[in-house]
Amino acid sequence: MLLYGLKRLLHVIPVAFGVSIVCFMLIHIAPGDPLAAILPSDASAELQAQMRSFYGLDRPLIVQYGLWIWRALHGDLGVSIATGRSVSGEIAAASVNSIILAIAATLIGFTLGSFLGFLAGVFRGGLVDRLASGISMLGVSVPHYWLGMVLVIVFSVHLGWLPAMGGGPGGSDGRAVGWDYIRYLVLPAITMSVIPMGIIARTIRSLVADILSQDFTQALAAKGLMTRQILRHVIRNAAPTAISVMGLQLGYLLGGSILIETVFSWPGTGFLLNGAIFTRDLPVLQGTILVLAMFFVLVNLIVDVVQGTIDPRIQRS
Amino acid sequence: MAAIITQDKAMAVATVARSPGYWSGVARRLSRDPVALVALGLIILLVAMAILAPYLAPYDPTKASMIRRLKPIGTPGYLLGTDELGRDMLSRLIYGARLSLIMGVIPVPIAFVIGSAIGIVAGYVGGITNTLIMRTVDVFYAFPSVLLAVALSGTLGSGLGNALVSLTVVFIPQIARVAESVTTQVRRLDYVDAARASGAKGHTIILVHVLGNVLGPIFVFATSLISVSMILASGLSFLGLGVRPPDAEWGLMLNTLRTAIYVNPMVAALPGVMIFLTSICFNLFSDGLRSAMDVKS
Repeated sequence: MLLYGLKRLLHVIPVAFGVSIVCFMLIHIAPGDPLAAILPSDASAELQAQMRSFYGLDRPLIVQYGLWIWRALHGDLGVSIATGRSVSGEIAAASVNSIILAIAATLIGFTLGSFLGFLAGVFRGGLVDRLASGISMLGVSVPHYWLGMVLVIVFSVHLGWLPAMGGGPGGSDGRAVGWDYIRYLVLPAITMSVIPMGIIARTIRSLVADILSQDFTQALAAKGLMTRQILRHVIRNAAPTAISVMGLQLGYLLGGSILIETVFSWPGTGFLLNGAIFTRDLPVLQGTILVLAMFFVLVNLIVDVVQGTIDPRIQRS
Repeated sequence: MAAIITQDKAMAVATVARSPGYWSGVARRLSRDPVALVALGLIILLVAMAILAPYLAPYDPTKASMIRRLKPIGTPGYLLGTDELGRDMLSRLIYGARLSLIMGVIPVPIAFVIGSAIGIVAGYVGGITNTLIMRTVDVFYAFPSVLLAVALSGTLGSGLGNALVSLTVVFIPQIARVAESVTTQVRRLDYVDAARASGAKGHTIILVHVLGNVLGPIFVFATSLISVSMILASGLSFLGLGVRPPDAEWGLMLNTLRTAIYVNPMVAALPGVMIFLTSICFNLFSDGLRSAMDVKS
């Protein structure tokens, strides 16, 4: 287990290194001078040179990268050009909201998805299967940002049950556990849950169908076990894969929440990123992408190790 | 008719008819799948709509009018209403198929060619080349696809070209990984060894023996990416990172109509219906293609 974890970690380090290089290079593939966003267009050459050396842009790329990654490893991602606040502070505040949203969405999606997938796998070919396959097909095909708009139209505009957007009564800092906060979470979480739901339903359907067709479940049936008892074996065999798919989906939702957070103005990292793109706030843009990508790498690592621990067959392959 | 066909040719046809090839089997299985056929039919209709847009659209899609803004669905003369600038929705939805399909579909074939080439070379050559290529691919694969697409087009700036580049870069690593794993499997098979033993050169083996057997699975995977690509592409436009106004594109239309959901919700939701319809058609067709190409089932 420990050895397996270490092996995975050794595999992840070069990937994480590569990810940091990609994030670093983002600023340098951006068209135009990175300083253009801060300086007025008629700034004197002297001032431009001064700012360039202040931001270290006059040094060789490799030195710039070294300094950047050294500071990033110490939690310093620079200062936002738009607000003047520390980038790590902004990301930390936004992350909490994103994590809450992603966890809520994963829980809803996983519960519904595994229920649908399980039913479909047990009653293969039947009406339930077709219905479940249809729902999961709709789930993976729907443009979720549009679904978000439709839910707002139905539940906020027409029925007036839930707020259309925002992160709660106290803004991004006023998290209080209670209905006032959860009200704001319901629509974005349901919208977001549709993405993992379809994928989890399809995975679990094929898992359950596969396990039910294997010799050991047929042996259990031949031994005279009741259906309920056989299904317990099925669940135990499907659980490791199901859990790892859930973990991966959580990672995807955390990193890919920009569309839904924009629709609902949910004050998370995606919303922060969206703002940074339009104000050309490159430090925030770079920092958010780095943190989100690293988070995704980390979630994948955890999923790998957990799955390897539950299911020793994976360690051997 | 019978006279002009020589006996040899007739024999050949008969042989083929008795033992149909793989692809004719795929076509036959696909033709018996009503869902896939309907999906394919709708895709063809959408493409035709995009090509024939100037003949189908009743109005100029960019002609604005301040006095007929946000008319509801069913307004005489404006079947699907008008948008926030008084432009005819029906015309914009028809014209929107052009840019939406271009943005959603084009990145996949480009990524298919590049990604397959990368993956097949890595899988066939193996060793240190494989490690180097696949570690680089892993780096890009380590980004959630939405994040990578937004990061690239966010830094490159909005515009059709930049969006196409970003989406292509997103799909190359995904296709390369599939290509690499399929090629690694095929390379170990006996017939490749047999070809090598009989003196075939590296490129002959890749072109004849490997390519013919790996392209099918990679192709199926790539077709399943088109619907993802449609949603992502319109998503970029929705964020303001794809095409620029006043171009008609479904994602961008959703974005500009977002402020109108309190005034005219049905009209505001229409472009999303088109994205949904297109993406589900591609998904259903790719699903049908996959099961038609899967000989085992």
